[in-house]
Amino acid sequence: MTKGNAQKEVPLGCAPKEVPAGDPRGTNILHRFLLSALACLTLAIGPVRAADSFITVASTTSTEQSGLFGYLLPLFEKPSGIQVRVVALGTGQALDLARRGDADVVFVHDPAAEEKFMAEGNGVKRQEVMYNDFVLIGPKDDPAKVAGGKDISVALKKIEASKLAFVSRGDKSGTHAAELRLWKAAGIDLDASKGSWYRDTGSGMGPALNTAASMNAYILADRGTWLNFKNRQSLAIVVEGDKRLFNQYGVILVNPAKHPHVKQAAGQQFIDWILSETGQKAIADYKIGGEQLFFPNAKR
Amino acid sequence: MHTIFPLTLSGVGFAPNAVPVLADIDLRIEAGGRTVILGPNGAGKSVLMRLMHGLLKPTSGQILWNASESRPRAQGLVFQRPVMLRRSALANVAYGLKLAGVPHARRGVLARAALERVGLAHLAERPARVLSGGEQQRVALARAWALEPRILFLDEPTASLDPAAARSVEQVIVDIHAAGTSIVMTTHNLGQARRLADEIIFLHAGRITERTPAGEFFQHPRSTEAQTFLEGELP
Amino acid sequence: MSDLPASLSTALGLVAGLDAKLLDIVALSLSVSLSAVLLSAVLALPLGALLAVGRFAGRRTLTVIANGFMGLPAVVVGLLVYLLLSRAGPLGPLGLLFTPTAMVIAQAILVAPLLVALTRQTVEDAWREYQEQLHSLGATTHQATATLLWDTRYSLFTVMLAGFGRAISEVGAVMIVGGNIDGVTRVMTTTIALETSKGDLPLALALGLILVALVLAINALAYVTGAWAQRRLG
Repeated sequence: MTKGNAQKEVPLGCAPKEVPAGDPRGTNILHRFLLSALACLTLAIGPVRAADSFITVASTTSTEQSGLFGYLLPLFEKPSGIQVRVVALGTGQALDLARRGDADVVFVHDPAAEEKFMAEGNGVKRQEVMYNDFVLIGPKDDPAKVAGGKDISVALKKIEASKLAFVSRGDKSGTHAAELRLWKAAGIDLDASKGSWYRDTGSGMGPALNTAASMNAYILADRGTWLNFKNRQSLAIVVEGDKRLFNQYGVILVNPAKHPHVKQAAGQQFIDWILSETGQKAIADYKIGGEQLFFPNAKR
Repeated sequence: MHTIFPLTLSGVGFAPNAVPVLADIDLRIEAGGRTVILGPNGAGKSVLMRLMHGLLKPTSGQILWNASESRPRAQGLVFQRPVMLRRSALANVAYGLKLAGVPHARRGVLARAALERVGLAHLAERPARVLSGGEQQRVALARAWALEPRILFLDEPTASLDPAAARSVEQVIVDIHAAGTSIVMTTHNLGQARRLADEIIFLHAGRITERTPAGEFFQHPRSTEAQTFLEGELP
Repeated sequence: MSDLPASLSTALGLVAGLDAKLLDIVALSLSVSLSAVLLSAVLALPLGALLAVGRFAGRRTLTVIANGFMGLPAVVVGLLVYLLLSRAGPLGPLGLLFTPTAMVIAQAILVAPLLVALTRQTVEDAWREYQEQLHSLGATTHQATATLLWDTRYSLFTVMLAGFGRAISEVGAVMIVGGNIDGVTRVMTTTIALETSKGDLPLALALGLILVALVLAINALAYVTGAWAQRRLG
């Protein structure tokens, strides 16, 4: 059934006409509903059939919400004819999704979690694509007096010591994992000193930033999402440039030996492109307000 | 076709949750008559109609149709407030025919003929629920009549109608009877009872106090309850 | 709140500009939620009517379940459908995850209890009026159910609208089983959630206003149709 036909049939079920005399049958109604439902369903399925050649990429909110994919993907999709469907989640969730076989490619930023994913045999090969960095965001009036510092450990110690509001992703994302590593590196036992000052929000980067903005709290964010984030209120970058804030992105083809339906060829084609000179240059070209967000560093 | 008559009630009582509504009803209804059941409010008239029709089961006693316990289909009940389905008058009549198992092809013709007999052929295509109360009751009568009942029960069929509408409904009842259907009805309208009844059954507090030919009843009711009732009701 | 006027003008701008991307998103929202409600109705309406008319074991239990599940969190439904449709799940081989069909299935399940419960209520009210008449005419339970469904069709239309309202406004289920994929499974609510994430609150609110306006328009249309039918059919 074509899309056009389906659309014509929809109103039947939604606005029943008057019945002819002597023919007000229940089976008729059912029949009608069924037809319409099928028609509507076909309508909904329509666009899926249209794009037969596609891959599903489990990625992070940072790559999507920073606008990188919006810029990058068309450059691959047009020449290749392969549609890239991005499901944007936290790194932990994205890897779990791939573990269940629900994605062809993962594109995330938590090297430790990625290595674990590989060790379990879920991926074919992990390759580094690009990096950016994390930044410590905080209120402009900076009650912790950490602004301008280059040492993230010092900054975190000051925040913890004065129990100033800090918002955590708390969602097993790459940023969350990085944050936990940084607390540890600063010698702070979070479990012991966690209090009402530490707000575990269990949310994505954007929602966590919204929370921090409304609470005037400190928060660790990836630079890309921050640059594209509009509801800053009185927040600003307070600490940046520490080499421990380095944020590496990797790409992995999900193992077809484990999940036979994985679109190996198309997935590999996407990975090859993003690691190619063209793909790497496209990443470098993406800027917000003249500022480059991601720095390609594929090994070739 | 073998007859469904007589309808006999022996020792019938109805006492849901041990509250007695009817007790010790002994009654025998033969073919061809017009029986009107009179009695004050709460006497149990409507319940008696529903018991005879089969909508309710007696809690004691027995109801037999020609000595059989099975309830024949060739009998109908018309309610005080006609229940009109949300469809045309014609479709309402055809609906009864469908439930009675009449083949699709014949329903339209039979339904139209029934509407014609009650004088509503011109309103056949109208949605039944927008008809006047009297017209609705005639559609209900047509719906019952189309099923060719041997006996028709009518529970206060004109109680919610104005006098003119009531008279047109009465006329239909007369016609149904003339075409060979026995009539058993309840009414509050004594004039209507005089016009339609061959015999009167008087019900008081769940018991039958008397069963008398109509002419005689209105002259000389035998039971004191009926006398009091007639004195109270008549000007 | 200074964001509200900004949102209103953004919303008007989007509508006036007939933004192609916005239209696609609106069309997908409508077709997914409409399909879901119709699919759900095929089973839920007869079931609701049977609960009103039938006298069978488990009727009360089913009624309580339907009433209770009206408040089923969308996220829970989303998770359930996700686990079913995931490649590792029992229906994985169908490859339906992250498609509009998956969203239709999730929303159909989400609104089913609502449809069952409201249908049962509607049909039960009609049944009180019709019961004696239909029994008198010798209707079986199934015949009575079909008759009541047909005769309450305009009320049931409103019931379906309520289901549609719940479907098109939920975000939890479609986010999980649809994945909010740009151009494929992105609907109004997931777009609103995304723009909120990006901190573009005026745009998010503008999209919310458009969603509300859309639902209002559909309800107004349905109300007018219903009132017209009521006048005509009584």
